[in-house]
Amino acid sequence: MARIRTTVDGLVYEDDVEPRMLLVQYLRERLGKTGTVIGCDTSNCGACTVHLDGLSVKSCSVLAVQANGSEVLTIEGLERDGQLHPMQQAFHDNHALQCGYCTPGMIMQSIDLLGENPDPSEQEIREGIEGNLCRCTGYQNIVRAVQDAASKMKPGASPTAEAGAKQTVAGGGA
Amino acid sequence: MIPAQFDYVRPTTVEEAVQALRDGGDDAKLLAGGQSLLPVLRLRMADPSLIIDLGGIPELKGVREEGNEVVVGAMTSHYDVTRDDTLRQHVALIQEATKTVADPQVRHKGTLGGALAHADPAGDLAAPALALDAQFVIAGPNGTRTVAAADFFEDYFTTAIGEGELLTEIRFPKYTGWGARYEKFNRVAQAWSIVAVAATVKVDGGTISEARIGLTNMAGTPVRARAVESALVGQSATEDNVRKAAQAAAEGTSPTADADAGSDYREHLARVLTGRAVLAAAG
Repeated sequence: MARIRTTVDGLVYEDDVEPRMLLVQYLRERLGKTGTVIGCDTSNCGACTVHLDGLSVKSCSVLAVQANGSEVLTIEGLERDGQLHPMQQAFHDNHALQCGYCTPGMIMQSIDLLGENPDPSEQEIREGIEGNLCRCTGYQNIVRAVQDAASKMKPGASPTAEAGAKQTVAGGGA
Repeated sequence: MIPAQFDYVRPTTVEEAVQALRDGGDDAKLLAGGQSLLPVLRLRMADPSLIIDLGGIPELKGVREEGNEVVVGAMTSHYDVTRDDTLRQHVALIQEATKTVADPQVRHKGTLGGALAHADPAGDLAAPALALDAQFVIAGPNGTRTVAAADFFEDYFTTAIGEGELLTEIRFPKYTGWGARYEKFNRVAQAWSIVAVAATVKVDGGTISEARIGLTNMAGTPVRARAVESALVGQSATEDNVRKAAQAAAEGTSPTADADAGSDYREHLARVLTGRAVLAAAG
């Protein structure tokens, strides 16, 4: 057993863990943070993405002991005072999910992307989330959601900007 | 899957790591960023009795200039390599190749030294290290020794790092002002290279005066495309000249055949990608 001390979503935890315990297992099984999901088990899919000391990682490819002394942010730590994070809200507004399984990882990676590049082009968004697989959406609405969040998270962006305004029903002929 | 049980130590100096290797014997395994090792452990393709985590050794991290060299600590992350101004200025090729490794999450955690020591023939950093004549500093029970890139990569997943030793630094000569390009051909995003070409060239007044080219996944180890390099020197960097010289790219290679590509197709890719890489590097 190894003693670890981590800050997860703003709270400090101390635990004895087996060295072989993966960070994703620790989050889910010890801390009950099941918002972070296990997808592929081969480090491909990115569903388990969390932030470790401010940088996105696949928590199935990090040992819990490697997170000792570190700060972890999961999808469960994004909400503030009952308000969704702008990226969560953008995924909701743009219907950027169908089954939703990839969503926690997609959102964590998209937030990381905007931290690096607050105003990414469509191509840069696609490359920024290349480590996250979605088998439902074809990525179109995910890219739209990230663009939407980027426009709202920009310094000075209007908080009243209408989300998804272009998604009106076509035609009618009247 | 969950890895098999192992003991875990986290040394804080290279000396302690060498001691841990000695104590751990044959069955100890070094953990760098873990982006290749953890998947292997989870698949139980390896079950070491001791994991020595190098993540707590500050002296193994960071980039510094030393005279005519740029020295990169083995535990410097891919992410830090891609953002480093000294490397951008003097060793652009390693930075260009590192930008293509896996995906952002893996680049945050994975390290230059870990990738080079893993020596996967489809890995992206060995070919540029070879093309750049990098020097590998290896620490062991008898102190440190330095191995040239040409001698470091011995075979599939096999390097000159011996029992009880660890890679501490990679030293690159400066290639200030050289153009650089890593052309990678893979099937889908974040997949391994089927073939890739690392090219860096020095262009003086439109004429290529020096060229260095390394090939990824064209043999069990990275390969220099020396025939192309010598054919390029003294040529003006036109598309015709470069494509003609690139026809020699597969000389001296022994590419594997697998589900992604046959050997002859890999040879074709080497020629095409070499042309593209050199043209982009010279542009």
